[in-house]
Amino acid sequence: MAHPLVPVPTPETQPYWDGVAAGELRLPRCRACATAYFPPTPVCPHCTSRDIEWFTASGDATLYSYVIHQRPSKLWNVDGPMSVALVALAEGPMVLSTVVGCEQTPEALVLDMPLRASFIPFESVSVLAFEPAPDRAGVAR
Amino acid sequence: MMRPGDIAIVGAAESTEIGTVPNVSSTGLALDGAVNALEDAGLTAKDIDGITTGYFPVADISRQLGIFPKWCDNTVVGGCSWMFQLRNAAAAISAGYCSTVLITYGESGRSTRHLTNTGDFGAKGGLGQQFDLLYGAGMPAAMFCLPVVRYMRDFGLTEEQLASVPVAQRKWAARNPRASRREPLTVDDVLASPMIAWPMRRDMCCLVSDAGGAIVVTSADRAKDFPKPPVYLLGSGGGLEAGLASPAGVRDPLWPEFIRTSGRAAFEAAGITHADVDHLMIYDAFAHNPIFGLEGLGFVGRGEAGAFIAEGNTEPGGSLPMNTSGGGMSYAHTGAYGMLCMLESIRQVRGEAAAQVDGVDIAVAHGWGGFWSACSTLVFGKDRP
Repeated sequence: MAHPLVPVPTPETQPYWDGVAAGELRLPRCRACATAYFPPTPVCPHCTSRDIEWFTASGDATLYSYVIHQRPSKLWNVDGPMSVALVALAEGPMVLSTVVGCEQTPEALVLDMPLRASFIPFESVSVLAFEPAPDRAGVAR
Repeated sequence: MMRPGDIAIVGAAESTEIGTVPNVSSTGLALDGAVNALEDAGLTAKDIDGITTGYFPVADISRQLGIFPKWCDNTVVGGCSWMFQLRNAAAAISAGYCSTVLITYGESGRSTRHLTNTGDFGAKGGLGQQFDLLYGAGMPAAMFCLPVVRYMRDFGLTEEQLASVPVAQRKWAARNPRASRREPLTVDDVLASPMIAWPMRRDMCCLVSDAGGAIVVTSADRAKDFPKPPVYLLGSGGGLEAGLASPAGVRDPLWPEFIRTSGRAAFEAAGITHADVDHLMIYDAFAHNPIFGLEGLGFVGRGEAGAFIAEGNTEPGGSLPMNTSGGGMSYAHTGAYGMLCMLESIRQVRGEAAAQVDGVDIAVAHGWGGFWSACSTLVFGKDRP
């Protein structure tokens, strides 16, 4: 049996998880009001339309806010503190995630710093994380 | 249309023991609190025709109490669910659906948590399980505190000011024999306590406790017939924005609309201003909750609450006594603190609190739910307008 933290997709969220497995961040977007949103649902939370399409997002994002948790779940296989972050996607939605690929310190984790999507193995699947993208100018939300 | 004071709380009690209660389950704490509240009201189960609870199926509780209700509510929006339930009960009584409602709560958050189902962020196929849980939805210090760092940058809140929140509340707890932590606490002590989730240290986080509690609500027209002085519900408000687990769904995490919605509705319904408030409870799962609460409810301006607390305004002798039981950080915090939060407001209005404030005619209780996704605000009064 899979660990309870391994995400269990529904038909409505399967395209997102297929994207993650392919190394792409795919998001739902409303055809009626052109708003990209998250998490995936069959109804646009902005205008209640059911005319939804999926697209591949840029993966560009900025760090909105975070904490550095001192005792993350063992499943992450990290030795020591781990960030839990609110990440603002360039396309608009906010996601809960973690920033990897840098020191897990206030000095290294600077608010509004540019990030890019990164996909990391988690048990039997891949999950969305973010890593610093110093080559790209940050855009404050 | 319900008017301020049409509904009254005529019974209110906690479980006999709170804090560390290893031999009682969550259900047992709820039942014990319920019987205490019935006794406080001088009622028996036969007098109750409406019941609410959260995290348990409502019929499990009514059956065990021998209550056969004709109205029930099982609203769960996180820790303030029982405050929402009080609002719903008031509406149900006003509508004539029932006459006397028992609102019940129990949570063995510390001792036997594994034996009971108290909130499930991890239901398979749920959005929380897919998108929040693996990053930390099971770690309240991570989820609840996500807005803090950005708030500190934008408004200049210091770690010392954040530490002053539990320090102020500990001064109230020192006067309360039922508080779990009563020893003196300084800002330096808080800043020396272990880091949990930067920038939040242990003493900025709530306790992990066992407790139950219940209140009995009825029409104010009957309220004088009970042994204890009635506490009138003058106004109430609620707001809901995101899913249970993640602040990522909140449109503006630094200035949540749902807190202002709930506060405005409660104050307008009660017909009161901030200057009328003699006593305040703001659900403190973590040290920043009272800061966001004071600002969101409009007691102070944005960015001012840290200094307001650090300067002593909410301590004994201050202009706005707040979290006078000691709060979730010093009194008790089970997991869902909303019942304990409003019970202290009720005790203060009755004049029977351990750390009693003089002359509490109007008390406000404000609760959070679901790690930054829901709020409830209640205004209680000593007199019926």
